[in-house]
Amino acid sequence: MTENKKNYLTYPKGIMSWLLTLDHKRIGLMYLFGGLAFFFLGGLLAMGMRLELAAPGNDFMSNDTYNNIYTLHGAIMIFLFIIPAIPGALGNILLPLMLGAKDVAFPRLNLASFYIYTLGALFVLYTIIAGGVDTGWTFYTPYSTTSTSNVIPMTMGIFVIGFSSILTGLNFIATIHKMRIPGLTWYKLPLFVWALYGTSLVQITATPVIAITMVLLILERLLGIGIFDPALGGDPVLYQHFFWFYSHPAVYIMILPAFGIISEIIPVHSRKKIWGYKFIAFSTLSIAFIGFLVWGHHMFTSGQSVFSQIVFSFITYFVGIPTGVKIFSWILTMYKGQVSFTPPMLYALSFLFLFTIGGLTGIFLGAVALDIHLHDTYFVVAHFHYVMQGGTIVAFLGGLHHWWPKSMGTMYNHTIASICAFGVFIGFNGTFFPQFLLGLRGMPRRYATYDPQYADLHNYSSFWSVILGLSIFFAIMNLLWSLRKSNKLDPGTNPWGAMTLEWTHTTSPPHPHNFEEEPVLEHGPYDYDKVIVKPTFKK
Amino acid sequence: MSHDNSSPSFLQHHFNDVEQQYDTAKFGMWAFILTEVLTFGGLFVAYVVYRSWYPEMFINANLLLDVNKGLLNTVVLITSSLTMALAIWAIQKKNKNLSLAMLILTFIFAFMFLGIKYLEYSHKFEVGQLPGEYYSYMGPEVAHINNPHIFFSIYFLMTGLHGLHVAIGMGLIGWLIYATAKGNLHSEYYTPMEMIGIFWHLVDLIWIYLFPLFYLIG
Repeated sequence: MTENKKNYLTYPKGIMSWLLTLDHKRIGLMYLFGGLAFFFLGGLLAMGMRLELAAPGNDFMSNDTYNNIYTLHGAIMIFLFIIPAIPGALGNILLPLMLGAKDVAFPRLNLASFYIYTLGALFVLYTIIAGGVDTGWTFYTPYSTTSTSNVIPMTMGIFVIGFSSILTGLNFIATIHKMRIPGLTWYKLPLFVWALYGTSLVQITATPVIAITMVLLILERLLGIGIFDPALGGDPVLYQHFFWFYSHPAVYIMILPAFGIISEIIPVHSRKKIWGYKFIAFSTLSIAFIGFLVWGHHMFTSGQSVFSQIVFSFITYFVGIPTGVKIFSWILTMYKGQVSFTPPMLYALSFLFLFTIGGLTGIFLGAVALDIHLHDTYFVVAHFHYVMQGGTIVAFLGGLHHWWPKSMGTMYNHTIASICAFGVFIGFNGTFFPQFLLGLRGMPRRYATYDPQYADLHNYSSFWSVILGLSIFFAIMNLLWSLRKSNKLDPGTNPWGAMTLEWTHTTSPPHPHNFEEEPVLEHGPYDYDKVIVKPTFKK
Repeated sequence: MSHDNSSPSFLQHHFNDVEQQYDTAKFGMWAFILTEVLTFGGLFVAYVVYRSWYPEMFINANLLLDVNKGLLNTVVLITSSLTMALAIWAIQKKNKNLSLAMLILTFIFAFMFLGIKYLEYSHKFEVGQLPGEYYSYMGPEVAHINNPHIFFSIYFLMTGLHGLHVAIGMGLIGWLIYATAKGNLHSEYYTPMEMIGIFWHLVDLIWIYLFPLFYLIG
C-alpha cells in the first residue's frame, strides 16, 4: 500500500501555490498555523500574568505593564485565536468534505478572508511593537477615548478582522445551503455542520455591529464626535450596549463550533448513534437566537433600570435550557456505548466536566443580586475561562487530535497525547478553580497587586498554570512531531471508524479536489446501529 | 473532476452546473445584504437613542439641512435604481448596447449624487456645522438649544457611510461597464450585474430612509 496518490498537501507544489490557493483545505491549514502562532503568543502573555500574580507585590512588572499584558492577552486570544480558529481552520478544512462538495461556495472570498485576517493581525502586532494598549479587551469608554495607549491600531485591527469573520460566515452559510450532494438532507448533516451554521448566522448578524462600534470609537478619539462623551452630550453606556450586542453573541461564535466538535467526537469514539440528533441541531439554533437577547447581563452594574435587569436576567436563564439539552444528549450517547479512551475522547470528556462547571457558574452570574457581588471579580475570570478554555479550547484540541490523521495523513503518539490531555485537565482545574474562590472572597480582576490574604490561592493558581501551559505546548508539539516522513499513514486509513463523508469517501490527506468522484451517500453520519465501519489504521 | 467539454467557460470548477452557481451567488448576496442592514442598523439605533434624548434639538438642527438638495438627490438615486434594473432587463433581452447605455447612465447618476452631496458637505464645512468638537455654527436656528453637534455627528456618520457605499457602487458599476463592453457578460451569464444590482438597490433603499429621518423631521 505505498501507491503515491495525489493529495492536497503535496499537489500542486511551490510557495505561490499555497499563498494564492483557492483550496479550502490549504486555506484552513494557513488559518490553523496562524491561529496557533497567536495562541502561543497569547499563552506567553498569560504566563506573564500568572508570574506577576504568584506573589502579592509588584514583583516583576509595573502596573502599566500588567495592564498592557492582560489587554493583549484577552484581545489576541479572542479576536485572533478563538473566533477564527475553529471556523477558519477546522471549519474550512472539514465543511466541504462533510458535504461532499468540491470546495466552499466562494473560494476567492475564502482566500480574501484569510488575508483580511492577516491584515488585522498586522495591526495587532503593530500595537504590540508601538507599546501596547491598556484598556482591557472590552475597550470601555470613557477610558478608551482618553487613554494615551495605542487604542486606535488595536481597534482598527479588530474592525478589519471583523470583515474576515463576516466573509467566512457568509461563505459557510451559502455552502451549507447550496453545495450539499444530492440526498444529503438537513437531518443527515453531521452535527458539526449544524454548529458551523449556527455560528455563521451569528457571525454575519452580530459582527457588523462591532465593526461599526469600533468605527465610532476610532472617530470619537480622532474627531471627538461626542457620541460616547458625556461632556459633549453623549453617553458612554451606549458604548457598552453596542459592544455587548456583538460580544455576547460572539461568545456563541466561540462556543458553538466547540459543541459541534464534541457532537462528532462522542458518537465516533463511543461507537454509538448520537442521542437526540434533532434536539442537538435545534438547540444550536436556539442558542444562536437567544444569544442576541441577553447582552444586558454584562451591564447589571452600569446603572440600567431594575426592569431591564430583571428582563435580561430572566432571558439569560433560557440559554441554560438548550445547553443542558446538549450536555444530556452527549451523556446519553455514551451510555451503553463502546467508549474508547482515545486522545480525542479524553478531550471530549474533559470538555463535559469543564464546560458544565463553566455553564453552571454562568447561571450564578446571570442572577442580578449575586452578579452585583461578583461583578469584576476573579469569579468572572474563572467562569469565563471555564467556558472559553475549558470549553472551546479543550474541544479545539480534541478536534485537532480527531481530524489530524485526516488532514495531515500522520498519526501522533497516543501515550504522549493522552498524558498531555490529562495534564490540561488537571492543570486547568488547578489554575482556575482557585479563582472562583478568590472571586467569592472579593479579589477584583485586572490588578497586578493584591492583599496578602489572597496570596495562597494566587500562588496555587500560578503553580498549576505552568502545568497547564506545558501540557498544551507538548500536546501541540506531539502533533507537529508526527509530521515527519516515516510516520505517513496509508491513504485509506480511518483510525476511529468514523462514518462521515470526510472519512469514508476520500483519502487521508484528501485529494486536491476532495473526492475523486462525487460521493454517493450510503448511510447517515452516526448510523452505528445499522452499518459497521471498522477502524483501520495502517502505516 | 473537471467538467466535460460542453460546460460553459463561466462555470467555476467547484460547481456542478450553471444553476447551482447562480443560486449560490444569489444566496450569498442576500446574506451580505443582511450584514449591510445590520451595519447601518447600529447607526440607526444611535439615531433613535439621541433623537429620543434631544427631540427639540433634532428638529431645530434639521432646519440647517438643505431639503431641496436632499430631495434632488433622492430623485437622482431612485432614477439610478431604475436605470440599473433596465440594464439587467436589456441584457436578458440580448440588447447589449441598451444595457451598456443604462449602466453608463447609472454611473452618471451615482456621480451626480456624490456631486450634490459634495456641495452640501462643503457648505457645512464653511459654516462650521460639523460633528462633535469641530462644531462652531451659532445661527438663530440653534440659538437656544444644546448639543446640535450630536445631530451633525450622526448626520455625517450615516450619510458618510452611505456615500462610501455609493462610491464603492460606482467602482462596481464601472467594472460592469467594462465587462459588458468586452462581452464577458451576456444574456447567458449576467450574474455579477444582477448581484451588483441588488447592492445598488440596497444603497438606494438606505437613502430612502436617511432622507426623511434627517431632512423632513421639522
